[in-house]
Amino acid sequence: MAYILCIILFCVGLLGVVTQRNLIKIILGLAVIEYAVNVMFVLIGYRTDGIAPIRDRSMSAAEFISGSVDPFPQAMVLTAIVVGLSALALLTAIAIRLYHKYGTYDITSIKRLRG
Amino acid sequence: MNGLSVIVKTTTRWVIDFIFLYGLFLTAYGHLSPGGGFPGGVTIASAYILIMLAFGKEKLYQNIGFKTISRLDCTAALAFLAVALLGFAYAGPFFVNFIQKRLPGTDFELLSAGIIPICNIIITLKVSASLLLVAVALSAVRVVPGGTDEQFQAEEED
Amino acid sequence: MFDLVTLLLLFMIIASLIALFTNDLLSAVIAIGAAGFGATVLFLLLRAPDVVPTHVVVEVLTLIILLRAVVGRETVTFAGVRPIPLAVASGVLVLLFLTFAVMSFSGMPEFGKPSMIANTDAPSRTYIAESLKETGAPNAVTAVLLDYRAYDTLGEATVIFTAIVGAVVLLRRRSRKQRQLPMGEQGGNSE
Repeated sequence: MAYILCIILFCVGLLGVVTQRNLIKIILGLAVIEYAVNVMFVLIGYRTDGIAPIRDRSMSAAEFISGSVDPFPQAMVLTAIVVGLSALALLTAIAIRLYHKYGTYDITSIKRLRG
Repeated sequence: MNGLSVIVKTTTRWVIDFIFLYGLFLTAYGHLSPGGGFPGGVTIASAYILIMLAFGKEKLYQNIGFKTISRLDCTAALAFLAVALLGFAYAGPFFVNFIQKRLPGTDFELLSAGIIPICNIIITLKVSASLLLVAVALSAVRVVPGGTDEQFQAEEED
Repeated sequence: MFDLVTLLLLFMIIASLIALFTNDLLSAVIAIGAAGFGATVLFLLLRAPDVVPTHVVVEVLTLIILLRAVVGRETVTFAGVRPIPLAVASGVLVLLFLTFAVMSFSGMPEFGKPSMIANTDAPSRTYIAESLKETGAPNAVTAVLLDYRAYDTLGEATVIFTAIVGAVVLLRRRSRKQRQLPMGEQGGNSE
């Protein structure tokens, strides 16, 4: 059930990217897609009533191995979040330049004007 | 952009040190408790962005100039590559944890786990300098819509 | 049936729908902030304490960057009916994607049992069992990120560097050529 809701969140973002006319809305759709992918990764690695993958001094090895959630997707998500922020900063820089040049964020008007 | 009201400035003056300290804690104890290079780096970047938002860009330039930030960014990237190549030179595969293989420390101490704390510090510098750079660049432009390129005014940054 | 994970995912879906289909750009940016905050609480419930501070600070910085592009510009979006073939085509695309994604995800292990339980030579078993002995770091996520998969972190540092340098270059005022001209001859297109 959680997987299906996450896929629906991805499709909402995809719908936003494909149908919206405003450039900022397209960037927001990409942000929603990013959130959906990160949540999906961590959902895949979740163990019911698990413990976080940080080992305590007082924890025995068997307890840790049998109870912890998967640390691998969390490591991938950690880098993916910061890379997503950098990509969004680049996109916003492009959007600001386009607004400076054309005076609008509407992608249909931007296509029609000469460069 | 001259900063916000007196209430925001006073609160920022009190809170900035704690945010910075929390970022340093996340970086330094990254291998022992939840944290690491990335949360520490973005927290330190957010402390400086708070200075920029509350006091204005000029205060940030008095504190740290644009050139210092970009030099820090490039130095950290090169240092990361240097640590990786040192692993290659000393003990075998590229980017191996050569300190842990040669002289392993005691577990659960601050100075253990080989190159992991060193890499955490380098990543913190890199991420915080990069995010601060892009925030300063984004706030330094003043856009005149529909203008030519020479009207794309920005503050003098050098 | 309505446990907290499902409720938070529904909250994120509703917030994203509001963000993408409202008319005011400022409300859209604020709604995206709400969706990101829901994702942060979801990460906290899913036992990922390394991801939580990163995601919350990155979400706040996203809001700051997006507000920089939105405030002071025109804040009304362009209402109006999309041309009908285009709307139908996008609806068909998204429905097709949804169908195939749900079909492919039915083969995954169910929620709550990660694949490292069933799969005995998964790398995560090695990461959990050997991370303290081999790397000396009790934090398995940091050990994976900086010892077992350090090359990916190097690649990621390069990607961040490239993207940020690209963004800074795009927002530059004058090119280097224009800066070298004497004062009387400046003018004209600099890019």
